[in-house]
Amino acid sequence: MKRLMSLVALLLLVCGGLAYASTQLQKSSGAANGKVLNLYNWGDYIDPALLKKFQAETGYHVNVETFDSNEAMYTKLKQGGTHYDLAVPSEYMVSKLKAAHLLQPLDRTRLTGLNNYDTRFLNQPFDRGNRYSLPYFWGTLGIVYNDRVVKPGTLTHWSQLWSPKYRDQLMLVDSARDILGMALVEQGHSMNTTNPQTLLAATKRLDQLSPNVKAVVADEIKMYMSQDEAAVAVDWSGEAAEMLTQNKHLHYVVPSEGSNLWFDNLVIPKTAQHYQAIYAFLNFMSRPQNAAQNAEYIGYATPNAKAKALLPASVRNDRQFYPDEKTLRHLQVYRNLAPRVVQTYNDRYLEFKMHH
Amino acid sequence: MTKRNFWGYFVPYGLWLGLFVIAPVALIVYQSFFNLDHQLTLTNYADYFRSGVYLKMTLNSVWYAFLITLFTGLISYPTAYVLHQLKHRQLWLLLVILPTWINILLKAYAFIGIFSQDGLANTFLRFIGLGPHQLLFTNASFIFVATYIQIPFMILPIYNALDDLNPAFINASQDLGATHWQTFRHVIFPLTLPGVKAGIQAVFIPSLSLFMLTRLIGGNKVITLGTAIEEHFLTTMNWGMGSTIGVVLIVAMIIVMQLTNDHTKGAAK
Repeated sequence: MKRLMSLVALLLLVCGGLAYASTQLQKSSGAANGKVLNLYNWGDYIDPALLKKFQAETGYHVNVETFDSNEAMYTKLKQGGTHYDLAVPSEYMVSKLKAAHLLQPLDRTRLTGLNNYDTRFLNQPFDRGNRYSLPYFWGTLGIVYNDRVVKPGTLTHWSQLWSPKYRDQLMLVDSARDILGMALVEQGHSMNTTNPQTLLAATKRLDQLSPNVKAVVADEIKMYMSQDEAAVAVDWSGEAAEMLTQNKHLHYVVPSEGSNLWFDNLVIPKTAQHYQAIYAFLNFMSRPQNAAQNAEYIGYATPNAKAKALLPASVRNDRQFYPDEKTLRHLQVYRNLAPRVVQTYNDRYLEFKMHH
Repeated sequence: MTKRNFWGYFVPYGLWLGLFVIAPVALIVYQSFFNLDHQLTLTNYADYFRSGVYLKMTLNSVWYAFLITLFTGLISYPTAYVLHQLKHRQLWLLLVILPTWINILLKAYAFIGIFSQDGLANTFLRFIGLGPHQLLFTNASFIFVATYIQIPFMILPIYNALDDLNPAFINASQDLGATHWQTFRHVIFPLTLPGVKAGIQAVFIPSLSLFMLTRLIGGNKVITLGTAIEEHFLTTMNWGMGSTIGVVLIVAMIIVMQLTNDHTKGAAK
């Protein structure tokens, strides 16, 4: 017992000592004189080299804290007690944060890199005139397939997923909006429909997909697809990009009849404190060179037109991740739906999962 | 006990119970009476009991929890019994408990590796000529992994019950001419039943709300109440409905406790 106690005490001491040392280290690197920026971001969603470069250039030390879902981030911002200067919500969450008065408008006069952005990705319905947000990355929802099972170029439409050819071959990402959205588009409806009848019909259509569905999973989809566990998957472009680097047989396609267009955006929460640092960072990240470096590191599509021009041609012209104009026109951005409608989407989706 | 001593003991316990047991349960019950618009209402309960989906999900959860508990029991009792007879039983017991030191997520990922298309299990099946099979995302693999994870929690109480059993009873039974089977059936098993019941309590309730495994191993082919709670708290942010399901689980827990406790009243404890 005594030995156990001393062991526990030792462990606590070591951990405490290390924690203390690391805070000291952080303090000495700029935090002490208040030159910090608190960034609330998704995990591994910025090139660490850029953070170093930013500090070397401006002297601001960036503290990164991470979240793993928009909802978790929303809850944390809403409950207060945090001092985040910048956060990176997806588009529907920007509307939601805005409606809850948790955001501060951007001061356009302090932004220097605005005209680097592709105008097609500005002025979106979730934030008209970009009063609160700057796009960080964008992407799509699409189909990943393995060319050892599916001949390249033969799988280009949502409706083909229902084919008996793909029996027990399909993996779906565990997301109500996206999977129901896919069924809605397949039936020619809007991904933002609020009509219960339309949703019910989409659920019925999804139920017919059941024999083809091998599993409904989340992040693990990347691992499963890279290991040839399934032949076809419905997932986001960002996840697909990662899979493609791990398995040369995988391809990604955005059905031309339509799909989701998503944005992650930089916003300033109400709790922000370090405005100098915030605008320095926004302008730093808008610079083509930096945005391009970040895009190469993350592998997502950049909304920064001048940055895109700096990317290698093989990336820039990759139709998988930078779809052509025609497909782009058919993409739909999610609107922030009323909680009741979100509930309906999730109830229908839960029913689908129960049946399959 | 002097009065001062009583307070000295009571205050920390009372605080603990109040803060970490009573308050959270009270909060869950409180939350469950609110709808999305923060109005006091009973609709969550009405929705729960009216919607076929939730009732079916409950039935599903109970059925799978029952199966998991059953298999866990079937494996654990003989294991605990044999373990108890062994020479280095403390060491063996340690080996049984060892897996509980590993995070459940890691164990789930290990099983993904074992059950995948090119995993260990399929390599073996191919080797003995049975060919590869789809093992992941089946109900059987879900029950298998859940059972594996729950086994230590069932073995321990049974082992302790066997340990507490006075050997004199067994000797007496055998002296009076009972066969091994008769001794087991009429003496050992009834006397270790409290351990089995404690094991059931420790396994059944957590099995009702498994949600990580249902996705990772079951591929969401098995949907339990845990899946629904996770969704209500993380996606729809309908905490009221999530809490309602939580309350249903708490009530289920009370029922299971009652069912497994009643019969032990007579036993000397």
